[in-house]
Amino acid sequence: MDSELHPFSASVFEQRKLFKEKLARSLMLTAALMLIVPVISIIIYLFVKASPVLSISYIVDDPGPLGKSGGIWLPLMGTFYLVLTSLVIVAPIGILAGIYLNEYAPDNWLTRAIGMAVTSLAGVPSIVHALFGVGAFVLTLGLGKSLLAAACTIAVMTIPVIVTATREALAAVPMQFREACWNMGATKWQTIRTIVLPNSVSGILTGVILEVSRAAGETAPILFTGAAASVAVSTATLDRKLVPYDLDDKFMALSYHLHIVAEKISGMPEEMMFGCAAVLIALILTVNSVSIGLRGWLRSRKKW
Amino acid sequence: MAAGKTSAIKAVSSRALDRAEPLIRGVIYISGWSSILFVVAIFFFIFKEAAPILTKVDWGEFFFENRWIPNPAEGNEANYGAAGILYGTFAITVVSTMIAMPLGFAAAVYISEFATGKVKETLKVLIELLAAIPSIIWGFIGLVIMGPIIQKLFDVEVGVNLLNASLMVAFMAIPLIVSISEDALRAVPDSYREAALALGASKWEVVYKVLFPAAKNGLLAAAMLGVGRAVGETMAVWMASGGTENIPGNVLNPAILLERVKAMTATIASEMKDTAHGDEHYMMLFVIGIVLLFICVVINVISDLVIKGIKKKHS
Repeated sequence: MDSELHPFSASVFEQRKLFKEKLARSLMLTAALMLIVPVISIIIYLFVKASPVLSISYIVDDPGPLGKSGGIWLPLMGTFYLVLTSLVIVAPIGILAGIYLNEYAPDNWLTRAIGMAVTSLAGVPSIVHALFGVGAFVLTLGLGKSLLAAACTIAVMTIPVIVTATREALAAVPMQFREACWNMGATKWQTIRTIVLPNSVSGILTGVILEVSRAAGETAPILFTGAAASVAVSTATLDRKLVPYDLDDKFMALSYHLHIVAEKISGMPEEMMFGCAAVLIALILTVNSVSIGLRGWLRSRKKW
Repeated sequence: MAAGKTSAIKAVSSRALDRAEPLIRGVIYISGWSSILFVVAIFFFIFKEAAPILTKVDWGEFFFENRWIPNPAEGNEANYGAAGILYGTFAITVVSTMIAMPLGFAAAVYISEFATGKVKETLKVLIELLAAIPSIIWGFIGLVIMGPIIQKLFDVEVGVNLLNASLMVAFMAIPLIVSISEDALRAVPDSYREAALALGASKWEVVYKVLFPAAKNGLLAAAMLGVGRAVGETMAVWMASGGTENIPGNVLNPAILLERVKAMTATIASEMKDTAHGDEHYMMLFVIGIVLLFICVVINVISDLVIKGIKKKHS
């Protein structure tokens, strides 16, 4: 080798080291791309396959018999009201629990137990949440298989999402803000209301948006608690069109509708199932992008 | 005038909010404690529904026999030997972890140690969006897109099998593994990296001789959370696994990847509609739910303790 001619060029040993480094680097880049490239191509494929049906009328029409024709209005509205109802239930509990854990909770066994409970809730499989929903809401509380029972089940399942996001958002507010406020004679609650919450509201909002995305995509928890393959709802009048379900009705949901049209009915036109999948995934990716964008905007505006 | 009026209203309402402090504090405390209540309620109601049969279950049969016949022919007794179903969950978990762990760790190392600037930010956002894709979509992809591909590639009759379900579950678990292991790598102090670099180590040597040993607990926790995800996953497993309980004679034969399996979650999801409230089959599905609940809660609590331990050590 000419390493003797150029005293600063890499020795054989160093060359081998550099080669290994390059190899490792490209292998790891490949791994990262292996996650992303197939998924992006599958999503594009989904939309291409769905393109024959994707139109305004596909969104606003009710599903035809067995979902083989028509649109997805009823499932779409079902998902909307499911998300809305679960949000109304879980947002106050989750946000207040986050406030408790970050602002009030003393460092003792009870607080550690609450933290562990939140972790456990996040770890319970969705199908077990469904069984819990059957036992607690459908049977014991007597809600029956209904929109409300399903929303309660989803709410319990998504508590950790909101609690964790709220806790992190509150923890990001510097302690000096609170101390300055207490020194002015404000009580704990006054401080939280006027200083801590306004400075963390967008972080909390990110958590709420994530809950929406989770709730919209979940299928297992609503299987036995209120989702139906089809419902006998007449959407002839405008108010029934906009609010097709009461809280004690069974309902259709996009996720469950996709399961039915994809697996349970033979002779389903391909574009009908791809259309449903495309709408669901577009919805969820949009909601998540909003959350990511909001977080980025927030970071860029942070004053401390 | 108008401004004075609104500020007066504001003053009154804020005074009202201040007076309500004891009440509000009560509500906040109750909400804080509610998580414990919900966990207790989950255990209570699952046990309550399964209670009448818990003392009658033949546990030997349940764990070691592969005869799940809840609706037997006229005159025969129903059998609840869940070994085949337990094997299904076990097999999907093992295979998907074998796919997800190397890919997840490698992607995490790339994002945390090699990528910089825009590339890093973009990869992180894409992984986050990947995590948002719901399980029903993975089930759909497994059934409608991956199934036919596997059918053609391996020339088999049915494309929904152990391999298909494990691939889908792996893709669901990877974003979780990536983000937790990235946190674990970031928690290693920069002084470790600088010391190694100063001694002449290449970046790759830093990763596998310094960072891996230093972050091993966090990486372990990431892998465990991935396992927990795989055990509890329902829709993707249900739609992509084929739904037939099957215990292969030789578990080391790669051909078992192309056999159909049935997981615990999928069993509950698919059979619940065939039961009536309170019959044996219904209660046995809740028994499977109890087993699932214990496995997943234990996995999650342990990995959470590991992660918290790391945070404490480095803060």
